[in-house]
Amino acid sequence: MTATEPAGPVPLPLDPSIAPPGTRTFRDAGGIPADQWHADQNGETLVPTHCCFCGVQCGMYLRVDRAGKVFGVEPRNHDINRMRLCPKGINAYQQVNHPDRLTAPLMRRSRDEEFREASWDEALDFTVAEIRRIQGAHGNDAFGLLGGASLYSEKTYLVGKFARVALKTRHVDYNGRLCMVSAAGANKLAFGIDRAGNPFSDILLTDCLLIAGSNVGECFPVMTQYVWGARDRGASLIVVDPRETAVARTADIHVALRPGTDSAFFNAVLNVIIAEGLTDEPYLAAHTTGWDEVREAVQGYPPSRAAEICGVPEEQIVRVARTFGRAAKAMAFHARGVEHHSQGVENCLSIINLCVATGNLGKPGAGYGTITGQGNGQGGREHGQKADLLPGGRSILNEEHRRQISRIWGIEESDLPQAGTSMMEMVWQMQRREIRGLIGICNNPFVSLPNYRTVKEGYDTLEFHAQFDFFLSETAANAHVVFPVTVWAEDEGVMANTEARVVKHNKAQEPPAGVRTDTWVMCELARRLGAGDKFAFAGSREVFDELRLASAGTVNDYFGITYERLEETGGIAWPCPSLEHPGTPRLFEGGRTYHPDGKVHLQVVEWHAPVDPYTEEYPLSLTTGRTVAHFLSGNQTRRLGALVEQTPRPWVEVHPSHGYRNGDPVRVVTRRGSEVFPALVTEAIRPDTVFIPYHWPVPTAANALTIDALDPRSKIPEYKVCAARIEPADRVDEVPAPPTAPGHEAYPETQVSRADPLPPTSSQGRGTAERS
Amino acid sequence: MMGRTIFIDPGRCIGCQACVSACRECDSHRGKSMIHLDYTEPGVSVASLPTVCMHCEDPVAPCAEVCPADAILVTADGVVQQADTTRCIGCANCVNACPFGVPKIDLQAKLQMKCNLCYDRTAYGLAPMCATVCPTGALFYGTLEELQAERPGVQVADSFAFGDVMVTTGVAMVVPADKVQWPVPGGLPVVEVNGVDVR
Ligand code: SF4
Ligand code: SF4
Repeated sequence: MTATEPAGPVPLPLDPSIAPPGTRTFRDAGGIPADQWHADQNGETLVPTHCCFCGVQCGMYLRVDRAGKVFGVEPRNHDINRMRLCPKGINAYQQVNHPDRLTAPLMRRSRDEEFREASWDEALDFTVAEIRRIQGAHGNDAFGLLGGASLYSEKTYLVGKFARVALKTRHVDYNGRLCMVSAAGANKLAFGIDRAGNPFSDILLTDCLLIAGSNVGECFPVMTQYVWGARDRGASLIVVDPRETAVARTADIHVALRPGTDSAFFNAVLNVIIAEGLTDEPYLAAHTTGWDEVREAVQGYPPSRAAEICGVPEEQIVRVARTFGRAAKAMAFHARGVEHHSQGVENCLSIINLCVATGNLGKPGAGYGTITGQGNGQGGREHGQKADLLPGGRSILNEEHRRQISRIWGIEESDLPQAGTSMMEMVWQMQRREIRGLIGICNNPFVSLPNYRTVKEGYDTLEFHAQFDFFLSETAANAHVVFPVTVWAEDEGVMANTEARVVKHNKAQEPPAGVRTDTWVMCELARRLGAGDKFAFAGSREVFDELRLASAGTVNDYFGITYERLEETGGIAWPCPSLEHPGTPRLFEGGRTYHPDGKVHLQVVEWHAPVDPYTEEYPLSLTTGRTVAHFLSGNQTRRLGALVEQTPRPWVEVHPSHGYRNGDPVRVVTRRGSEVFPALVTEAIRPDTVFIPYHWPVPTAANALTIDALDPRSKIPEYKVCAARIEPADRVDEVPAPPTAPGHEAYPETQVSRADPLPPTSSQGRGTAERS
Repeated sequence: MMGRTIFIDPGRCIGCQACVSACRECDSHRGKSMIHLDYTEPGVSVASLPTVCMHCEDPVAPCAEVCPADAILVTADGVVQQADTTRCIGCANCVNACPFGVPKIDLQAKLQMKCNLCYDRTAYGLAPMCATVCPTGALFYGTLEELQAERPGVQVADSFAFGDVMVTTGVAMVVPADKVQWPVPGGLPVVEVNGVDVR
């Protein structure tokens, strides 16, 4: 190797017993470390980092040319993904120097004006003046802050501190509220800790894998290698999903239940497990509380009743119970399909009950996990950007916790605001003019929140609205001020993936002129608001060191994690209380949980019907989800040519029994509105259910139709089920082009197939064969 | 017989097209993918199947056989290379001859492009880019022994039947265990050429 070889991470130890298929061949093959060859060839640099998108957090190298610009990607043999990447990961680098990037602050005094480019001083001064004006007239809580779970943890920590210390408002929340907070709530209730119990590698050791409400193949593609690895060892696979997804297609049992009936189903499975004597009574006696109540409650869910509620055969429930209950080691994973409900917390608890009742906890190959949607969906809520949380997962309602954080922040405890409301509730408060000013950081509620018309009305009512972003999102296009900030590859920071493994992202290039880091913008705003002494951070590293201190001694302990250790190890799972501590990849070994009594607190779960009632007029269930080529609101991926070409537009998936042909324009009507989509006619969905992917804005937005009902505990919206009907329509609408800054032409590569009126060939995208 | 090659396992494919995107990143044809991703049963299931260049062995790769300019080189290790740019005349004979639909022509440049098994990577002992990133292992690069060590009991086939015509390939396909001796049906047989029955 030449001197141009970058400082890569220290090679990760590969344990052959848990290495996924295909791994060793890369390493043994040539003698050159398999993932460092480009440097040798072309004098380019490879910067080790991670994918910015989903909660898997695949390791990758960014290829940087001699001029210091990111121009490509190279797979990286990181422990999590062993060189594998999905199409989003492969194309992510194209964001970095994309022509749509915002490079100057945009500003206008009212929404009737056009945006114009402004200097940083002007945009910051205007923002600070508006904050002062609104808070002066209506109190501090009239100004709100909404963060994002794609931000590095350092930045999410700053969002929480900025809201409470600089803005002095209680109203701060984040878009992870739309992601996995139901799972977080359930895990907290049952185990006293908010994270998945096992590392991915445990999947390779299980005998029975249950995946509920998670289209792993499309939402977390690189996790599929672990699923297939388990299958290679002979593990049985149970998939619970209203659609036959790529993973469901090969499952031993695919339970296609009606959306919104998950807890009835899992209660019934537990009912059978008890009846067949498959529970682990010694485990339950030694390590749990509440088992008697749970056992009693699930008696109300015999398979016959659940079969009726869920619309699945009774025998299937019995088969699932036997397969899961008899397995020596079983694991259950779930994602948004069970969490996005007005009973999301209950749904998760019913799955936890199943794992605990069978003694499947805290052992290699046995346990549970929630799969994070956003890259930092896990880390994004741990350090205080959630309305009710302070750093280290401390409760803002707890006197002791408030005292500890006030001390670290150097403020009076009496000055620390109380808990605020959730993201959707904040929108309702905007409608009622209780919140009059808002800063949004890296989120796009115009696409991502349910019931679009309410959201638009709430944001339109705001007297002042600023957004941070690197592309002009649909939400930013509606704001008064837009601050151009860095993409992930232009700053360093950490994210915690689905396994609660904290990984370090590195900086690969300098930001374009005019662009600042989110950290800089928050610190500068704080300085102008008079709180500069509390925000004297030069960069991510200093913020991270304060975060480590602020989390020390909590369940979410990051104290022992440093940038240097992360680079050496390839990632450390929290809790990690000291610099010598190896981290905690697997929770509850030996049976102890994080409740003071060390036990699992089992919770009784009662199923109730989804909020939006079915009637003759609205007989179908509408459910929504992702497609593999796009990420969340699509603000990023709808600008990358290859991804747009793969999946240019949304569609509605309908069963052939409705009599439509592929590509027919179909109007989907709910109590909130109606929109037209091309039909993707497929047997892979229940006849009483229709599906729309949600990455697009109106008039092609699934979220113009979904309901803003919330889970009372987690406040997650009920995205995954509402009542709907379908009817024939004349034509489908063209997908709007992503917004761009004034003076920027729409990027031609992303215009390719916007007007295409036909659905993709399959939910995964258009086939390439028919295009060539 | 089989050396280090690609194995395709459609049972594992999730149709994500990471392979397609990865192929676009290859330095020898940057921006164009040489992989076909078929959704085999649209309307019934989400089943999918990638087609990469199969690096045909027997007879000599049909694309190379029909090339009038002798532009398609087959290396000693069985890799059917992309057309030599100094020889290719862009006639598209290879496109028509390939039973798997792999080679493409850049009409403007009058040049053929095809998968060359990432020769730039494999020469360094690396896997081709598509097989490296494939998140599921539906594309696997290695030897049959390595494949079988990691997927116990897996069976493969490397002959394809196009009607009566058999094509043996360097790239192999995972098949159901009881079908191991059988050629994989490779599309419909040719029955008529210019109105003449050639059966
Ligand atoms: S989006 Fe997720 S699965 Fe795909 S490359 Fe990025 S981290 Fe990996
Ligand atoms: S990358 Fe792998 S799983 Fe994805 S479409 Fe290609 S072959 Fe299938």
